[in-house]
Amino acid sequence: MEDTLSISVNGQHRRVAAGISVADLALELGLEPTRVAVERNLEIVARSTLGDVKVEDGDDYEIVTFVGGG
Amino acid sequence: MNAITQIQDDSWTVAGRTFRSRLIVGTGKYKSFEQNAAAVEASGAELVTVAVRRVNIADPNQPMLTDFIDPKKIVYLPNTAGCFTAEDAIRTLRLAREAGGWTLVKLEVLGEAKTLYPDMLETLRACEILSKEGFEPMVYCADDPIAAKRLENAGAVAIMPLGAPIGSGLGLQNEVMIRIMVENSAVPVLVDAGVGTASDAAVAMELGCDGVLMNTAIAEAKDPIMMAGAMRMAVESGRLAYRAGRMGKRRYADPSSPLAGLI
Repeated sequence: MEDTLSISVNGQHRRVAAGISVADLALELGLEPTRVAVERNLEIVARSTLGDVKVEDGDDYEIVTFVGGG
Repeated sequence: MNAITQIQDDSWTVAGRTFRSRLIVGTGKYKSFEQNAAAVEASGAELVTVAVRRVNIADPNQPMLTDFIDPKKIVYLPNTAGCFTAEDAIRTLRLAREAGGWTLVKLEVLGEAKTLYPDMLETLRACEILSKEGFEPMVYCADDPIAAKRLENAGAVAIMPLGAPIGSGLGLQNEVMIRIMVENSAVPVLVDAGVGTASDAAVAMELGCDGVLMNTAIAEAKDPIMMAGAMRMAVESGRLAYRAGRMGKRRYADPSSPLAGLI
């Protein structure tokens, strides 16, 4: 298990490969990084830095987008 | 100059952005994205409210709102619906700013689930923090002119009192308070919530509101697209009637035909 990280995405536990960026994570989830917003451990990850920020063990992500609402 | 020209010449400005349409519509509760997009088109709205929610990781290829309502053509106004604390609302809008890249937002902090009545203490606290962070919050609020003034001083770019509980369709229950808020406000005042049918929207506009925000009245109509058109005309009619200046009210009759020359 040394090469994988344990993280949480939108409240669900996941294992991902070590060394990936947040942008890689979004793509792995089938998401277009330009259409979502990412919060990592309660801090916003600026879209321009999604490719630079590395996923770390224990990270807690919220990934959101716009949906219909009043 | 006919009515159509008079409507086209009219506009309102919020936080430096000018809009012709005074109708803001929500994008919730529709049967399909297609119906939602058609209703927005029929309403003539240039601003739509949207919610911020977790992406569906189980099925990331599901169609998205942005596939049907183009945020380059229609301005998205992200809301904080479902937030019951200032912290939740601020967190939601920080994410919305990152997702959309804009600072014009709709702030609502609810007090309780049964009435969805706003918690004005939390709303004011959130408004202060958001405006310091560079947001331009349009704020859902109680029909309280004093609270509205405090919001304005805290950086609210628009004041949006409820006319009746969210989703109730009861029509404006508070015409006197809405009128006082319109008279006192230095920023646009829009009725947000409570409209059930076209005449309710016209009433809000006749009171001098700068606009009306609605969702359920259109989405839950039997024919939402037709109702969207009705709301568009009601808002325009109410606005023209306000500008035209209504006649005074009398307690008794006053004949419209001359009494002179009566045979």
